[in-house]
Amino acid sequence: MWIIAPLLCGLIFGAGLLISGMVQPTKVLGFLDIFGAWDPSLAVVMGAALAVSIPGFMLADRNARPWFAGQYFRPGKSGIDLPLVSGAGLFGIGWGLVGLCPGPALESLATLSPGIIVFVAAMAAGMIAHDAWQQSRLAAQRERLLASATDG
Amino acid sequence: MANFTPVSAAIGGALIGLSAVLLMLSTGRIAGISGIFSGLLNLRGEDKGWRISFVGGLILAPILAGLIGYGMAQPKLPSSWAVIVVAGLLVGFGTRLGGGCTSGHGICGIGRLSLRSIVATIVFMVTAVVTVAITHHALGG
Repeated sequence: MWIIAPLLCGLIFGAGLLISGMVQPTKVLGFLDIFGAWDPSLAVVMGAALAVSIPGFMLADRNARPWFAGQYFRPGKSGIDLPLVSGAGLFGIGWGLVGLCPGPALESLATLSPGIIVFVAAMAAGMIAHDAWQQSRLAAQRERLLASATDG
Repeated sequence: MANFTPVSAAIGGALIGLSAVLLMLSTGRIAGISGIFSGLLNLRGEDKGWRISFVGGLILAPILAGLIGYGMAQPKLPSSWAVIVVAGLLVGFGTRLGGGCTSGHGICGIGRLSLRSIVATIVFMVTAVVTVAITHHALGG
């Protein structure tokens, strides 16, 4: 059951993107293009999703544990910092360039479109580059700490 | 607003919200697609099963829809490969640095009334709108 539940959730998520039309970059760009023939559909998608997710997450908060797992895996970070703002800013630029965010991009792999395959490969490369950069930063930080500890 | 499709948008949006809630209730996980996908890219880490399963369902959806006669059209992308690659790199790097994308921050995070996610969503909406304004209008594309 633990493997069926995420599969069903992926299917429902994919159906939502298909039915709303948000799987199509042109539909997303129609929302982002506020100076053109503006299409507010994406705002309705988000509003409807939140109308379900806000009470749904409140319900989940009342359960001590998920149905098929030992604990909830909630993001631990709080507070606004520079990585959050700069990361969201960069993501928005990429999103606006093509009209694809990660969900629709992965779902569109089903069409075997060469452009989608290249986009997803570049997206994966961007993620790997970020993680490698973070790791080297952490390693350098650790080295500096060790150096100062032996110096002192 | 000739392209506005409020009914299908509301039905689709409600399904996306339902998926996020069901994933949280069943497995305790956040339905943030960038986070789910990036967890598949490192060689270590043992919690890959549910991620593969979710992404598999996501890719299976248009295939099943095609079987019942609602096939998905080929997505329309820019003709320039350079633009596609740069956009992909920015989406990948930016979602990792900012800790989420449209689903993770926009639907799950705001759904949990997280201030971080509200700020992130406003920021990526603004930079995306500015990017489209520049590429579609200022550059005459």
